[in-house]
Amino acid sequence: MRILTFARRNAKEILRDPLNLAFGLGFPIILLLLLSLIQSNIPVPLFEIAHLTPGITVFGLSFMTLFSATIIAKDRSGSLLRRLYTTPMTSGDFILGYTLPILPIAVAQCVICYIVALPLGLEWTVGIGYAVLLILPVSVLYVALGLLCGSVLSDKQVGGICGALLTNLSAWLSGIWFDLDLVGDTFRRIAYALPFVHAVEMERAALAGDLNGIFPHLWWVLGYSVGALAVAVLLFLRQMKKQ
Amino acid sequence: MDAIRTENLTKTYRDVVAVDHLNFSVRQGELLALLGVNGAGKTTTIKMLSCLTRPTDGDAFLNGKSICRDAAAVKSVIGVSPQETAIASRLSVYENLELMCGVYGYAKREKHAKITELSHRLGLDSVLKKKAGKLSGGWQRRLSIAMALIGDPEILFLDEPTLGLDVLARSDLWDLIRSMKGRITIVLTTHYMEEAEALSDRIAIMKDGRLLLCDTAEAIKQAAGPDHFEQAFIRIVRGVEQ
Repeated sequence: MRILTFARRNAKEILRDPLNLAFGLGFPIILLLLLSLIQSNIPVPLFEIAHLTPGITVFGLSFMTLFSATIIAKDRSGSLLRRLYTTPMTSGDFILGYTLPILPIAVAQCVICYIVALPLGLEWTVGIGYAVLLILPVSVLYVALGLLCGSVLSDKQVGGICGALLTNLSAWLSGIWFDLDLVGDTFRRIAYALPFVHAVEMERAALAGDLNGIFPHLWWVLGYSVGALAVAVLLFLRQMKKQ
Repeated sequence: MDAIRTENLTKTYRDVVAVDHLNFSVRQGELLALLGVNGAGKTTTIKMLSCLTRPTDGDAFLNGKSICRDAAAVKSVIGVSPQETAIASRLSVYENLELMCGVYGYAKREKHAKITELSHRLGLDSVLKKKAGKLSGGWQRRLSIAMALIGDPEILFLDEPTLGLDVLARSDLWDLIRSMKGRITIVLTTHYMEEAEALSDRIAIMKDGRLLLCDTAEAIKQAAGPDHFEQAFIRIVRGVEQ
């Protein structure tokens, strides 16, 4: 009950910010349209719609990190959290209340991207269903990163770290915009030691209906999701104690 | 029974003693004002009593429940209106109250009845649909107090409730606080002398984390000499410095 109430409040706060809607939903769609247009003029295999869309859905999740980090950091800087800490709400209520509302937003963003991709030439297959389903563990990873950043950074720092650094890292190290092999072996190794490229390759395999191809990427994503969530919970509890 | 009793309540931050062996009690239904200049330890005291900060030493008992050992039970009997207005700015007034109802576990029907009753009592009916962030300071503070009252607290902490408000908004809030006197035990921090004098049953004067005096405004004036409470306060606080 308390979790749902708090989750509902957080969802409202996020969805009522027009900038969130513009970046969270608008930006991935614009990228999809723009890159498809480039693809129609100068065909590049990387930007073929079946290759591009899974990448865009993963990249769009970096905005979920920004949303969750911003709302937590803002709540910390104001006194609403302090008020709520004096109520019977538990740490679990807070953590789940911040995490849960972003997951349906992330899924909605993914679904909208696929809906936009259909008239751009994406084939309607069961793979879309797999890809939407598998976006959930990836979303957990990005939301956990938001919880982590929101617990340690101020609301101004969140803009820089999550808004600029993380979105760029997530873009460069995921193989969405360029082939990682082109940059060199070290860069490739670093990218494959991080979860972003695994998330994109897992989504591409899922969309292609290649269920064997989602492995081992799924393990990487799950490992990082669980790890990030554990660190995020610890940091959130630490700041809760500090308050 | 005392609603609040502190026993050598102490809080230190590294080498700074924010609250130093505080001993006082508040009777049920009483309104106690914690008065002091900036840095006197008023807010830290409220934070400890509302289980936001653990005391470094000592303990306090709210309706007999220890803030150190039984924080969950303490949280179920208190309401807190923090110094800064603690509201969700993108939510409407109704939604803010609804949020607090959910936090205190009200069922749907009870929730609506509670919001209707409180908004009527606090005069919030006309702004229920407005976004909380768009309200004036006075209305936001009123909403903040309403949110603190949702859980039907037995003890209410109001931290600087009228800070930064204009004369009319302050007068309205005073009326509201007076209307709650006797039914709820209230601890109010302020550094406005007239506020403490006008609203409180007793006033506890703090300085550098220590309690200098705890008595009625009249008794404080008599003890310190001058007729004006402000003069009495200055004399008491300066007396400690000399």
